[in-house]
Amino acid sequence: MFLYALRRIAGLIPTLFVLVSLSFFVIRLAPGGPFDQEQTLPAQIRANLDAAYGFDRPLIVQYGSYLAGVVRGDLGPSLRFKDFRVTELIGSGLPLSLTIGLAAALLAFLVGVPLGALAAWRANSFTDHALMGLSMVGVVLPGFVVGPLLALVFGIYWPIFRVAGYEPGQASFLVLPVITLALPVGAYIARLMRNSLQEILRANFIRTARAKGVSARHVFLRHALRPALIPVVSYLGPAVAFVITGSLVVESVFGLPGSGRFLIQGAIDRDYPMVMGMVLIYGVLTLLCNLIADLLYGWLDPRVRFE
Amino acid sequence: MTGRTRAALIVLGLLAALALLAPWITPYSPDFLDWQHLAVSPRFDSSHWLGTDRLGRDLFARGMQATRVSLLIGVLAALVSVCIGVAWGATAGYVGGRVDAAMMRFVDIVYALPYVFIVIILSTLFARGSIAALFIAIGAVGWLTMARIVRGQTLSLRRREFIDAAIASGVTTPAILWRHIVPNVAGPVIAYATLTIPQMILFESFLSFLGLGVQEPFASLGSLINEGAQEMESSAWMLLVPATLLTLLLVAFNLLGDGLRATLESRDE
Repeated sequence: MFLYALRRIAGLIPTLFVLVSLSFFVIRLAPGGPFDQEQTLPAQIRANLDAAYGFDRPLIVQYGSYLAGVVRGDLGPSLRFKDFRVTELIGSGLPLSLTIGLAAALLAFLVGVPLGALAAWRANSFTDHALMGLSMVGVVLPGFVVGPLLALVFGIYWPIFRVAGYEPGQASFLVLPVITLALPVGAYIARLMRNSLQEILRANFIRTARAKGVSARHVFLRHALRPALIPVVSYLGPAVAFVITGSLVVESVFGLPGSGRFLIQGAIDRDYPMVMGMVLIYGVLTLLCNLIADLLYGWLDPRVRFE
Repeated sequence: MTGRTRAALIVLGLLAALALLAPWITPYSPDFLDWQHLAVSPRFDSSHWLGTDRLGRDLFARGMQATRVSLLIGVLAALVSVCIGVAWGATAGYVGGRVDAAMMRFVDIVYALPYVFIVIILSTLFARGSIAALFIAIGAVGWLTMARIVRGQTLSLRRREFIDAAIASGVTTPAILWRHIVPNVAGPVIAYATLTIPQMILFESFLSFLGLGVQEPFASLGSLINEGAQEMESSAWMLLVPATLLTLLLVAFNLLGDGLRATLESRDE
């Protein structure tokens, strides 16, 4: 198990290498540069700027020095926010983004699993159809539609939560963003849970347990629930990844100072190191979530053996 | 065909017809500024059925123009992703061995990366506002699942007798792929492509919402939602109109895709 985890972590390195290289070269193909302004800069100033940031060196040398920086944990200077390193800027927003993301993933799991189980327990009843209809809409609707609508209803018409002018440390600002982010994930988990329970309830070991006289309720709670969680757990990795990148949208909808804005602003400004830094950090987070989900697998499903 | 699939088809047909015929239905063009009617609310007895925005532009005209953009980008981007996905998956599955391993490893790596990021990076490649560039950027990330599905199908097709017969009669590999593999994976490809369209529409709206997609004076449902969200305190309809249109499109396409997939699966059993 421990060896398996180590091997998987080592396996992340080529993926990250591809990721860094891809973002490095692709963003440099983009038209326009970080120093383009309304007025063209005098040639000398432009040359000095390029020299200061090392853009006058051959591309491959820049690539080498960027990789060396990444290994040392330095993602380079921001081109737009003068005198700031990319790591400082992203680091300043990351705690908030992660708080929102993880809270949303937790909420989605805690609400989605029981609702999915309820739908399966009362399969083909009105409750089931209502829950599955709602979850369909929940899965389909994007955060930038749900967010403003929730803000309209619960922030303006019926102001129980605060939606504008974020003040750090006030949980009231975070409720709606977390719900917005959790909705599609929770809805998807509910659907997964219902479908996997339905399948498991038809399995032989359930019939055996019922034949031995175990009550339907006991079979459902003690025998069926745990194996039914397996697809949900395997979805948790992608789900956490979705929620972390999804916080990008939610932050922009609710005007929260997370790290998502650096990616969007960076892409607009052609702030190369900023975009590459965001891609790298969020890429690492995504890959780690998938890894943790894979490891959880073995704990839930004794049939899975790590080689 | 279930009632749900039929309802989805009807809604989609109506929306597409409205979007295409809008220039003949409403007297207003999407970029006409009506100074007498700034930010008026929807009224059926006025000529601005769905109201106007802050600059006096008719929201029905703009909403329909945005729906056209969404449908166009959704369908074209889905087409791009189908082409790449089918070619990639069929080649990997048919050739097999190391080629297959390398190709699918690449898919796995790109799969592990957040989609949104790839789209944002790719969208910076093109001049802002270019619709053609937008669907290429979006389509270029949508093909991964398609490639996996097609590969899986191809793996089982490869062992069938008619493929052996084609090899024995000297048909070249590209010809086998094109004449024998591709037609046989068409069913699942069509079903999944229908589910790809709403994803593509979503990506486009998302980029436009962030200001990285369709640019003024063109509207996209995403950019309309963004504008509406800023005005929602005083004029909620500016948000509700594009949000409803986008919701209808997404739900209808998803129901249609699910219906097609269910039909296919029941046929296979």
